[in-house]
Amino acid sequence: MTPLVLFYIAGAFALGGAVGVVGTRNVVHAALFLLVALMGVAGIYLLLFAEFLALVQVLLYGGAIIIVVLFALMLTRLQEFSSGVMENKQWPIAALVSLGAFILISVAVARSQGGAITDRAGPGVLLLGESLFTQWAIPFEVASVLLLVALIGAIVIARSGEGEP
Amino acid sequence: MLRDLIVITIQVFALVTALTAVVLSLVWLERKTLARLQRRMGPMVVGPHGLLQPVADALKLLVKEDIIPALADKPLFWLAPLVVFVPSFVIWVTIPFAQSFAVRNMELGLFFIVAFSVLSIVGVVMAGWGSANKYAVLGGLRSAAQLISYEIPIIMVVIAVIMLPHSMNLVTIVEGQRAIPYALLQPLGLVIFLLAGVAEVGRTPFDIYFAESEVMGGPFIEYSGAHWAVFFLAEYVNTFTIAVLAALLFLGGWAFPLMPEATWVGFLGVLVKAYLVVLVIFWFRGTFPRLRIDQLMSFGWKVLIPLSFVNFGLTAAYLFYGLSRWSLALASLFVTAAVAYTIYRRMTWPARATAEQRLAKARAYRRVETTDAR
Repeated sequence: MTPLVLFYIAGAFALGGAVGVVGTRNVVHAALFLLVALMGVAGIYLLLFAEFLALVQVLLYGGAIIIVVLFALMLTRLQEFSSGVMENKQWPIAALVSLGAFILISVAVARSQGGAITDRAGPGVLLLGESLFTQWAIPFEVASVLLLVALIGAIVIARSGEGEP
Repeated sequence: MLRDLIVITIQVFALVTALTAVVLSLVWLERKTLARLQRRMGPMVVGPHGLLQPVADALKLLVKEDIIPALADKPLFWLAPLVVFVPSFVIWVTIPFAQSFAVRNMELGLFFIVAFSVLSIVGVVMAGWGSANKYAVLGGLRSAAQLISYEIPIIMVVIAVIMLPHSMNLVTIVEGQRAIPYALLQPLGLVIFLLAGVAEVGRTPFDIYFAESEVMGGPFIEYSGAHWAVFFLAEYVNTFTIAVLAALLFLGGWAFPLMPEATWVGFLGVLVKAYLVVLVIFWFRGTFPRLRIDQLMSFGWKVLIPLSFVNFGLTAAYLFYGLSRWSLALASLFVTAAVAYTIYRRMTWPARATAEQRLAKARAYRRVETTDAR
């Protein structure tokens, strides 16, 4: 009973935040609504006994990513955003992609079995760390190399703008 | 169910009350310490030795008019103090003061603290944005840059601590220090933790995001009355959090040789250690001038972050090769001493250069004078 209520609360936060992100005309408000949505998702992780994942969600999305987004927004000229224009020429493509993703997720959810509430705890941090650094070491390293490439690329783009080598 | 709810409410209420009392004591202690460092008396009028001064200040703050700027982004302006305040209190749920003296002892306690303390940065940035003031926006930008940068060394140091007892549970970490506190094994870790922690709560050598002479209070420039009091409360609670974490992670917490095993002794031990760390933080404030923003960023990225990786590497080598404790302690101490000496030379360099220049000038002058006389 209680987990179900908590699930609906967390889900309401996630959905409400998501609606806020696309609905608001203020870019900074959109970024903060995104934070609400991501915290709702963290709550759902918590209900699924994935404490570590929930805390990683809070740390990475709540702390790092939203702050970097806000930082970038504060550095840009906000007059360009405040005109209230919310659509551009690419909206049919965006609608198509969103619809496709929605259908894909719906089919995946509908075809997966289960859905009952269990009280089984997931693997602990110890098991997670062990499998991440032994069995899944190479995918883990590939992901870090991807992030490194993105980082170096960002620095190269930023520096080439100044006319420096 | 209902009983649990009532118990939790009472516990949280007690926690908030205790933390508010701690904040009042810290305000008094800070004013007194700074006054002593500057050969003043500090507050003396309200109560014996000014003990009731913080209470009077708090009452004054609460009855002051709460001004909201007309152009402010009102929802953000209202929410920002809460977003700063709630995470800094929520993390206290898992901080233990004795072996079985915490509201909730969590298996992932330390990670919980690190993850939630990052959330309050969002509140500072919201305050900066919502005030519709250019100094506030500048302060918000500065705070985002500073707090994100100094988060990295803190996390790396915390990981190095977690590696020693193989646990993120704060009680297990303290119990792991029965034989030897981690301050002796990782002196480098303690130094990085304190410096980055002071930067993380934005106290004076690192307070560039609300520096009065540069951005005039930064994100908090438009706040007044009770709203400002909430920020003030959060700042002091965060300072105390850093001090208590330093006491628990490095100074052995309640586990201390030559102390009897009792909850109240352990509680007092943690409190005494935490207040000693707080005194060191106030001493920093009274001693060091504020860093420039470029110095702050280069200190974070070029000194603290590489050092935190060195600390991590030393601990990893110690654990992987099963070396003796002495080797880790000596290696860490050596790196700390080398870094401290380098920083000392760099800091005193302008003074030394000027002194040498003047000495050379005086010598040249005397040489000219003596040749003339001849």
